[in-house]
Amino acid sequence: MEPVEILSHTGGGVISVAWLMIALPLIGAAILLIGGRATNKWGHFLAVLMSVAAFVVAALAFFQLIGLDPAQRRQSVHLWDFIPGVADIGLLIDPLSIAFCLLITFVGSLIHIYSIGYMSHDPDRRRFFAYLNLFVAAMLLLVLADNYVALFIGWEGVGLASYLLIGFWQYKPSAAVAAKKAFVVNRVGDFGLLVAMFIIFAQFGSLQFAEVFPAAGEASQGVSTAIGLLLLLGACGKSAQLPLQSWLLDAMEGPTPVSALIHAATMVTAGVYLVVRSGSAFFPEGSTAGLVVTIVGVATLLAGAIIGTAKDDIKKGLAGSTMSQIGYMMLAAGIGPAGYAFAIAHLISHGFFKADLFLGAGSVMHAMNDEVDMRRYGGLRKVLPITFVTFFIGYLAIIGFPLLSGYFTKDGIIESVMHHNAILGWLAVVGAGITGFYMTRMVVMTFFGPKRWDEKAHPHESPAVMTWPLIILSVFSIGLGAYLILSNRLMVFLAPAVGRPEELPHFAPFAVTGLATLALVAVGAGLAIVKYGRAEVPVVQPRGSFLTVFARRDLYGDALNEALFMRPGQWLTRFAVFFDNRGIDGVVNGLAAGVGGSSGRLRKIQTGYVRSYALSIFVGAAVLAGAWFVVGTL
Amino acid sequence: MTTHYLVLSTLLFAIGGIGVLVRRNAIVVFMCVELMLNACNLAFVTFARQHGNIDGQVIAFFVMIVAAAEVVIGLAIIVTIFRTRRSASVDDASLLKY
Repeated sequence: MEPVEILSHTGGGVISVAWLMIALPLIGAAILLIGGRATNKWGHFLAVLMSVAAFVVAALAFFQLIGLDPAQRRQSVHLWDFIPGVADIGLLIDPLSIAFCLLITFVGSLIHIYSIGYMSHDPDRRRFFAYLNLFVAAMLLLVLADNYVALFIGWEGVGLASYLLIGFWQYKPSAAVAAKKAFVVNRVGDFGLLVAMFIIFAQFGSLQFAEVFPAAGEASQGVSTAIGLLLLLGACGKSAQLPLQSWLLDAMEGPTPVSALIHAATMVTAGVYLVVRSGSAFFPEGSTAGLVVTIVGVATLLAGAIIGTAKDDIKKGLAGSTMSQIGYMMLAAGIGPAGYAFAIAHLISHGFFKADLFLGAGSVMHAMNDEVDMRRYGGLRKVLPITFVTFFIGYLAIIGFPLLSGYFTKDGIIESVMHHNAILGWLAVVGAGITGFYMTRMVVMTFFGPKRWDEKAHPHESPAVMTWPLIILSVFSIGLGAYLILSNRLMVFLAPAVGRPEELPHFAPFAVTGLATLALVAVGAGLAIVKYGRAEVPVVQPRGSFLTVFARRDLYGDALNEALFMRPGQWLTRFAVFFDNRGIDGVVNGLAAGVGGSSGRLRKIQTGYVRSYALSIFVGAAVLAGAWFVVGTL
Repeated sequence: MTTHYLVLSTLLFAIGGIGVLVRRNAIVVFMCVELMLNACNLAFVTFARQHGNIDGQVIAFFVMIVAAAEVVIGLAIIVTIFRTRRSASVDDASLLKY
């Protein structure tokens, strides 16, 4: 079933004021940034209020949307002319964008609330909330845009907010460097998105979704594939997929709520959004671009999982798992309409349980004086009971423990990929097994076993403003997956926006692949328990085998980037500087020196003696007269 | 006839020119310049007579007028310099240089 036509919105209702969703957080950010210290006292409450208000608008728009006939559920709200005939600023309200809006504003609001507690000791808390609001506004513009130009504005806004938040503690050199790295790597992806937009404009003469998508079939195979691959490059940059994954692990330098909001629940999902949004046009089922998307997804899900196995920093371990889970979403998004609903379902449920895990990790760090090394944790379940229970639920959800969120959504992905391509499917199963290993390792090292704390650590449970968001998120981590997947609720809901296969899949619990997945997860978890639960965990990181070091060093991704791009880039700049100094400046300076030197000699003729001037006048007159005489006789 | 006048004119011009180049006293240099001007006047008048029109004579009058004006300004400058520097040598007034 193809997606339905995009209609322009005529009726009233909340949909016609959907721009409030973007405007409210934007106003919040503006007030907090312009108001400065005067807003220190109540700034965080304003930010929370704006975020919650955006959620209310999103929820109302959602209810108005599901009241409509499915054929009318793609409505474009024109706001104002921007580039006439090419791209106007307008919002596309359809099931896909609304699903994202609900996720962003709901999880975003919870994280705003959590940050009130987490950042309470930070003198710059107001600035932090301003950036959070800015991020929410940009992300909403990204998903609500009804054309690629507005999408790109949101895309860049998200990049900016992410840069500001990763480098929030910019006095730490590591945070400043990580922020720059994220910005630069994202620019590589943006380059892909921009060039894709250029080609789309050259081919279709417009960047409006409503014009481009229906006409996509007219483009030649090559053009279509080129657009798809370039869009994928953009998606890789934002979603930290191979080969542009390197920034995500360093991005953990930002405050933990940032990691939860941006690098788990929302921003990194922008790439998946882009692929799914453009899916019907540029990644049709069985296309080359779609195949590349699945390969990138599988490679990333394995790479992220392997990286996750060796990290001792709890946040970096979670970052690896984020990469890996987004790899799953990409994998599902690459296989066409059969996978979109599963990709989005996993994206939504992942948004909840990953936010839960990250905020839980933040709560642990909060309790342990910002210690992030899991070798310094241990036995924390007794002192942090609420954090432990919520983290444990998130853990069960992510490894796909039966009946929790991740079980349904990840199984759905593996099942649908298995039908599409068995090799990719089995690789995804292996990834699930590794997930079981590294997540169990994380839980065991943090909450179980003997205490390995620093003497100065006096862990305490976090305040209610931090634990309540955790509790809410963990409740959603339990039931959301089942709600979205069973009876294909999300697939039917999303069908007007992304299409769906003719035959709805039937969820078969405990099929062969499901059982295999569960078995592998159990093996992984068992291994982790044996290795880290039974045996003693050394406080100092052991040197580790070749494979451990390989994973710990992010599969040498940074080393590769350094050797392939950074060093040659430095050579190039050094050569350019040398050429500029010696070559170009040499010519210019040499010329100037030559003129200066010769004029310095020439001016010695100006002696100031009247009689020498008179002589030169006589000589000149004589020469002229002589020349005239000679010419006259010719 | 004309040739004699022109030879005389050339001689006077050369004497004036050499005087300008070799003499240091500003007054003498000045008088040499006058000599050159008058040598030119002689040549003009000679040619006017040869061609039988008065163009050369008219030009000679102009030269005299300009020379008179020049003498006024030039002498004033020379006198002023002499008053401040106690010297009428053109080589002493050589400050305006590189």
